[in-house]
Amino acid sequence: MSATAGRRSTLPGFGLTMGLTLTWLSVIILIPLAGLFLKTFELSLDQFWGIVTSRRTLNALKISFGLSFAAALVNLVMGTVIVWALVRYRFPARRLFDAIVDIPFALPTAVAGVALSSLFAQQGWLGAPLAALGIKVAFTPIGIFIAMIFIGIPFVVRTVQPVLIDLDPEIEEAAASLGASRWHTVFRVILPSLIPALLTGFALAFARAIGEYGSVIFIAGNLPNVSEIAPLLIVIRLSEFRYADATAIAVVMLVASFLIIFAVNRLQRWAQTRIPTH
Amino acid sequence: MTIELKHIVKKFGAFTALDGVDLKVADGELLALLGPSGSGKTTLLRIIAGLDWPDAGEVSFNGENALAQGAGERHVGFVFQHYALFRHMTVFENIAFGLRVQPRAIRKNEAGIRARVKELLDLVQLGWLSDRYPNQLSGGQRQRIALARALAIEPRILLLDEPFGALDAKVRKELRQWLRSLHSEISVTSIFVTHDQEEALEVANRVVVMDRGRIVQIGTPSEVYDNPATAFVHGFIGESIVLPVEVSQGCVRLGGRPLLDISADGAACGASKLFIRRHDMQVGPAGSGSLEGTVAHVRSFGPVQRAEVALCAGEGKTVIEIDAPRDRALQAGDLIGLQPRRYRIFAAQD
Repeated sequence: MSATAGRRSTLPGFGLTMGLTLTWLSVIILIPLAGLFLKTFELSLDQFWGIVTSRRTLNALKISFGLSFAAALVNLVMGTVIVWALVRYRFPARRLFDAIVDIPFALPTAVAGVALSSLFAQQGWLGAPLAALGIKVAFTPIGIFIAMIFIGIPFVVRTVQPVLIDLDPEIEEAAASLGASRWHTVFRVILPSLIPALLTGFALAFARAIGEYGSVIFIAGNLPNVSEIAPLLIVIRLSEFRYADATAIAVVMLVASFLIIFAVNRLQRWAQTRIPTH
Repeated sequence: MTIELKHIVKKFGAFTALDGVDLKVADGELLALLGPSGSGKTTLLRIIAGLDWPDAGEVSFNGENALAQGAGERHVGFVFQHYALFRHMTVFENIAFGLRVQPRAIRKNEAGIRARVKELLDLVQLGWLSDRYPNQLSGGQRQRIALARALAIEPRILLLDEPFGALDAKVRKELRQWLRSLHSEISVTSIFVTHDQEEALEVANRVVVMDRGRIVQIGTPSEVYDNPATAFVHGFIGESIVLPVEVSQGCVRLGGRPLLDISADGAACGASKLFIRRHDMQVGPAGSGSLEGTVAHVRSFGPVQRAEVALCAGEGKTVIEIDAPRDRALQAGDLIGLQPRRYRIFAAQD
């Protein structure tokens, strides 16, 4: 509150917080990522291209991105159903179920991986009946898919839940009194209002699945070209001391992830201008 | 469309929101449900709309049981206090919503829907806003769009819940007149809920006054204003001076002193309340009326001067506010006589 200050903002502290933000983001995110890019410059362009377009790398990337996308889609649908049940209905142990949603956030991913792989192994509780039907889950791409669903579910639930809670019940009553069926009310009024939150939840679940390592490697089987995810291929290259190879794959993942998240963000911004949260 | 309610009871837990309400609404009427918050007026409106269900009682439209139908089947237009517009849809799509969700057999084609929406936008005089989103509109505009949306389905009954409650005073006044002229144009049976007595008296053909889950009076605006049925109605509608009096043997006493020229008029003996409208107090020279007091403060605006008068009767502490015409200037310190032109006496516990 100095009397000499010229222009005063009603929201002081811009310089301080902006400085801290930039410093922090640089130290924690940008500088390590810059190091990643620098490391790849040890490779010539031909070498880089050769590594990135090798059959094993392409398959690993395809598995990582493809299954992550599919898992995020499943989470989008099932997460919405779970949010609906948790927010709209009062049932016994509702709070317990609400807390269970957060478990994938906190559980060490390796523990989740071990638990899932023993559950879905051919002698496991779920693996045995599925094997009888001829479906093999553990040590196949389906196993990766399931691990990715497991770790992604809280992202959708936790982003959509507060928005659904805040949704004015009067808009549903308005729809009903205008003659809309329940189906029309849900699909024309409620879900469209949730679109920005659904997109955010989807993007977060997708991003999380792309980066997942711990739980997937236990259940995946890790066969090159079949069930080997890109993060694992990076670790394998590192253990072979082929650091530049590892960073080349990492750079591709980074750029691809960034582009996807950027695209989702744009989509979300577009939705938000049409569906403001207030 | 006539509406008939028979002995409607609605409880929320231990709270009785509606306690045996009977009401008949004639075709084409514009009716106001007036009462303080918690009097049950909104609950009653929601029951008519099918958004709430009574615990007991009957609701019929044109003699037909309405409780057998859900909200969507009753063809009732409902306008919410906070508009409840669909914020992800343009104004046009908001109004078209009720037409688009109709069963395929009776649904209009796209051209028919467009024509109907345009007609409604013209009716509410907001055609130029059809491509905007609700968050780009002012409160008054949103309310008119909400009304157009409710009218799109050609409702048999129009219900409005505190339609102007969230708007500022000037817009509220404009919309009142607009609603009244709109009603005379489309003459659909309409009920609106309000806690604002001025709004009810100015807009409605008939006013239903509610208190604590019951209807206390039904009448035209002038009936409820001039002949309030109970002390509650007198106190709630119009501004009243209330004096605690004692009635015994046809004589009305204020603080032990009998009030001349005020007859008990059949009021029961015992503690009572004397109600006088502020503007019904005739000012004269000291000693000329049944009450006497000293002017404490005068504010003049518009056609009247509002004076605070400390009455000499009673414990000498009773201060009342009166509205007097400006032809006789009052000044602080004047000793004046007061004679009520009209007054009502109600038992104290009413």
